[in-house]
Amino acid sequence: MSTAAEPAAPRPAFKPAPPTPYQVMMREDRPSGVFLTVLAIVTLLVPILHLAVPEGHVLHLSGYTVTLIGKYMCYALLAVAVDLIWGYCGILSLGHTAFFALGGYAMGMYLMRQIGTRGVYGDPVLPDFMVFLNWKELPWFWHGMDVFPFAMLMVLFAPGLLAGVFGWLAFRSRVTGVYLSIITQALTYALLLAFFRNEMGFGGNNGLTDFKDLLGFDLKHPETRIVLFMATAVALGAGYFTCRAIVRSRFGRVVQAIRDAESRARFIGYRVENYKLWLFTFSAMLAGVAGALYVPQVGIINPGEFAPINSIEVVIWVAVGGRGTLYGAVVGAIMVNYAKTVMTDALPDAWLYVLGALFVVVTLFLPRGVVGLLPDLKHKLQTLRQRRARAIST
Amino acid sequence: MNAPTSMGMAGRFGGAFGRVLQRRGSSSAPSLDLTHNIILYVEGVTVSFDGFRALNDLSLYVAPGELRCIIGPNGAGKTTMMDVITGKTRPDTGSVWFGQTLDLLTLGEPEIAQAGIGRKFQKPTVFSEHSVFENLELAMAGDKSVWKMLFARLTPEQLTRIDEVLETIGLKDHRSARAGSLSHGQKQWLEIGMLLMQDPALLLVDEPVAGMTPQETERTAELLTSLAGKHSVVVVEHDMNFVRSIARTVTVLHQGSVLAEGTIDEVQNDPKVIEVYLGEPRC
Amino acid sequence: MFCLQAGAAMAQAAAGHEFDTAVAALPTASYLEKEELAGRIARSAHPQALTLLRGWLDGKLHADAAGHAYLEGEGGYTDALSGAAATPASPDELEKIGTNNRLRKALKGLLAQFGLASAEPGMRIEAVREMRRELDESAVAALQARLPQETDAAVKHEIELALALAGLASEEPAQRLAAIASLDGDRSTEVYNRLSRMASGDEADADAAVRNAAGAAVRSIDSWRSFYQGVETLFFGLSLGSVLVLAAIGLAITFGVMGVINMAHGELIMLGAYTAYVMQLLMPQNTGLALLLSIPAAFLVSGAFGVAIERVIVRHLYGRPLETLLATFGLSLVLQQLVRSIFSANNRPVAIPEFMSGVWQINDVFSITYNRLYILIFALMVFALLLGVLKRTSLGLKVRAVSQNRGMAKAMGVRTDWVDAATFGLGAGIAGIAGVALSQLTNVGPNLGQAYIIDSFMVVVFGGVGNLWGTLIGGMALGVVNKLLEPYAGAVLAKILVLVALILFIQRKPRGLFPQKGRAAEGH
Repeated sequence: MSTAAEPAAPRPAFKPAPPTPYQVMMREDRPSGVFLTVLAIVTLLVPILHLAVPEGHVLHLSGYTVTLIGKYMCYALLAVAVDLIWGYCGILSLGHTAFFALGGYAMGMYLMRQIGTRGVYGDPVLPDFMVFLNWKELPWFWHGMDVFPFAMLMVLFAPGLLAGVFGWLAFRSRVTGVYLSIITQALTYALLLAFFRNEMGFGGNNGLTDFKDLLGFDLKHPETRIVLFMATAVALGAGYFTCRAIVRSRFGRVVQAIRDAESRARFIGYRVENYKLWLFTFSAMLAGVAGALYVPQVGIINPGEFAPINSIEVVIWVAVGGRGTLYGAVVGAIMVNYAKTVMTDALPDAWLYVLGALFVVVTLFLPRGVVGLLPDLKHKLQTLRQRRARAIST
Repeated sequence: MNAPTSMGMAGRFGGAFGRVLQRRGSSSAPSLDLTHNIILYVEGVTVSFDGFRALNDLSLYVAPGELRCIIGPNGAGKTTMMDVITGKTRPDTGSVWFGQTLDLLTLGEPEIAQAGIGRKFQKPTVFSEHSVFENLELAMAGDKSVWKMLFARLTPEQLTRIDEVLETIGLKDHRSARAGSLSHGQKQWLEIGMLLMQDPALLLVDEPVAGMTPQETERTAELLTSLAGKHSVVVVEHDMNFVRSIARTVTVLHQGSVLAEGTIDEVQNDPKVIEVYLGEPRC
Repeated sequence: MFCLQAGAAMAQAAAGHEFDTAVAALPTASYLEKEELAGRIARSAHPQALTLLRGWLDGKLHADAAGHAYLEGEGGYTDALSGAAATPASPDELEKIGTNNRLRKALKGLLAQFGLASAEPGMRIEAVREMRRELDESAVAALQARLPQETDAAVKHEIELALALAGLASEEPAQRLAAIASLDGDRSTEVYNRLSRMASGDEADADAAVRNAAGAAVRSIDSWRSFYQGVETLFFGLSLGSVLVLAAIGLAITFGVMGVINMAHGELIMLGAYTAYVMQLLMPQNTGLALLLSIPAAFLVSGAFGVAIERVIVRHLYGRPLETLLATFGLSLVLQQLVRSIFSANNRPVAIPEFMSGVWQINDVFSITYNRLYILIFALMVFALLLGVLKRTSLGLKVRAVSQNRGMAKAMGVRTDWVDAATFGLGAGIAGIAGVALSQLTNVGPNLGQAYIIDSFMVVVFGGVGNLWGTLIGGMALGVVNKLLEPYAGAVLAKILVLVALILFIQRKPRGLFPQKGRAAEGH
């Protein structure tokens, strides 16, 4: 997995220029290199095709498509966050969209405060739904959410705090396996019920919507859309790169050791709960960032995002792509969501059958996901070639 | 002593420990107080599961540098005793001290491991998805906190140490092999290697030679004997020939408490021992 | 003797005349006149008088253009004067003899006085209760007249109560105090409301002693009421608990005993509920029988699905709980969509048969609906049956053997794969039965199961995995706690609080209320 530990070979007298980090990555971890390259190309190409190529041209990308790709990238980031804890540490969270949604709500609150007097009721401070509920003043947790840096801090802090408290309780008392999965599901279910309540002060059933602008830029403008898109791409790239660095560090190897033999890791002196807590909280914050980028692109956040089924869907993206490989999570998220977009358009009733079947088929027949097929395929091709070579030589 | 203080202490000297341990022997570790020449006190320990007493008022003392063999029929409580010492099982009554100052019953498994007690399991449990090298790296003594591990790089000394151990356990050629792909005997060796990397003051070794060839058994015996002196070693084993080849003091457990203690010849001639354990044909 | 009879006959004839003229005057009379006429009709003591007044009150008294009165009945019209069946010449032209509020009140009073004279004690009680609503002087006089003659204890009690209530309105404080004293022991809502009005508030009694006495009486009733309200909350809690136990008990088998996570468990419950629906479609005339038959039918349907799930999916995933969780979750999506395709996404109505509907009114504060009561009993029966199956039958023995040591059971000749399938089928079948019970309490729709899956897991985990008694006690406890919190926190918040409390509980005691101990439990 890692070669960082190899002793440095004696340097030859003549050495061409040392390999760039990019070359190193392409050699050691080709899929990651390929993914980051593709991501960079997409990030540069999409703005050109959307803004520079005139509408009606074959190569023109519509606003819908740009937003769609942006959404897929948010999903991919969420999938990476889930893969980080499930694939590498064996923590199957069935409530990770709770963190996604919390990040989304933090961004939504900022966007709500930006509406100001342009709302239906024209109240300079209170969002429409509060005026509608006859509230007289802003609840304490809405204060400061009109300041962008503070709101962004909350995007990280809110999911991080929840994950921290929850994880501290869960991991310290060694709740593992399916028990943990089920209480994460109960957690998101409880949040779903809570956010449906008007008294919570998050817009109840309707959630937060009718956003106007972000940092003063109109959300409907193509340029804003492109900036959001690029920010999402950068977040995905940076998130991916950070996760990759984490799993390749000694910390990452400890985490994988915990995944494979938790009590053994304790007996050689690792405080397993600290490792899990750190990773879980980091993953939740990553999910929060994905949610915060998702909300301005789709224009709404409501309690439906907390639904347990959403969290389980994320898990299946990761499973389809191949857990335990970060690029697998990305591939899975994009594949399944693309299939969903196409299918819900063409055969809306069949989608749940397909999704359900995916769960069954992947767990029974594809434990390493789609990307797990690639080495198998390569291996088969190789043995076939060898056998043919042997047949020729004899 | 309350828990937070003791944990803090364990953590503090955990880092220093790794550095000191390699040169231990003459110089003792700063916080491990061995003034009474006892490294491990197990006193009056009772553990019961659903009314069944796995350990019954067990008392045991191990001196620094001693090599102690523990034998006993199945269900005598050998593994439970190790579970208690390493913090996996909490006893109903009794006390367990590491040196004069460390109350093991207030510490968790990682703290106990960091304090300097290493354990080799009955069933070899290595990290099968990691390479042999990585298994040793994981076990290596040192600061094992999250932040340290996120940014840690191996120092040349640490690399040398891993190579030494690889040599000792005969897995130099399997350095980057997946540990899961090793044979049973090799896994046993890898586990012993991990124990060496931890460099603990006290080694608890549960059935080290199960599944080993006679040559390997002999090498294990040599290794354990050479470790004793610098480290204290407690070995649980069924193989009487092996016990005979390494043991100086043998403790016989029966139904959760000590039945007899002495040299191998003494216990083998003890009528109580013969009755419960060796009474049937001598193996 | 003769004289008496003759007098009676004469009186009757006079009554007949009085009655006829009064009725004939009705169609053209004003409301005020009608009230007077009603009094005359009542005093006439004509055998038809009661029927006529009652029909009038119900809006069934009509008159034709000629002023002839008819009563509308179930089967047709009757002559209001004679009571004989009669056909009006032109039914379309009949006009109702109207009433207004004041007149209706008068009519009720008259009817009550009639009732007071009835031979039936039940009728007399009804009449007294009716009179209590408007205790004017005439009513009090009538009741006082009746009291010495009354022989039935229950009726007597009702009359005394009415007189005491009338006494509360007396001008004399001493009489009011006496009335309060005589009301001691009566806890009806009527008395409670009267006394609490007297004790404090805008209409509080002018006399301090009376206020105090009323206050003391109210407090005494309060404590009695809060006791029964507590009993009612407990019952609601147990009822919710019984539903949770029913939903969770199948899971206690598959998850608790076999260690298999079946996320499609909720959908097996849903299939059971739909089986009840289909059975009712098959025999629409007899909903009761259909419901009873759907219990075995649902067991078979869900059980068969369970066996199929085990054989096709779960079997390949033993020892990989997280994978099992995902695969069965996928299955739950497929089952939901299947039901949507077959029965549509809308909720389906399942009728509640006669014997399940209705309320058992125990006193003014505490009543029990029969469907909840029966489901509570049913849950306990299912539990007992299941316990019996596991403890007393050879299947149960094998199930326990396999769950404790699969390898050893196999070595001893137990066909473990058969036992696995049968156990899973049993758990699934019980989920189906739970679905039948749920169909009597909530809507039957494709999402029915989803609502229960998290709760079910919580119950099993809370009670302690592998412990059926734990599931029973855990389910009941959760139900009661939920209902105890509801008045303070509201239904949704109560649910959230319970969930959060459970999450915290599981973190404190990961093995639940009644953990399995010992080496076997340690090993896993």
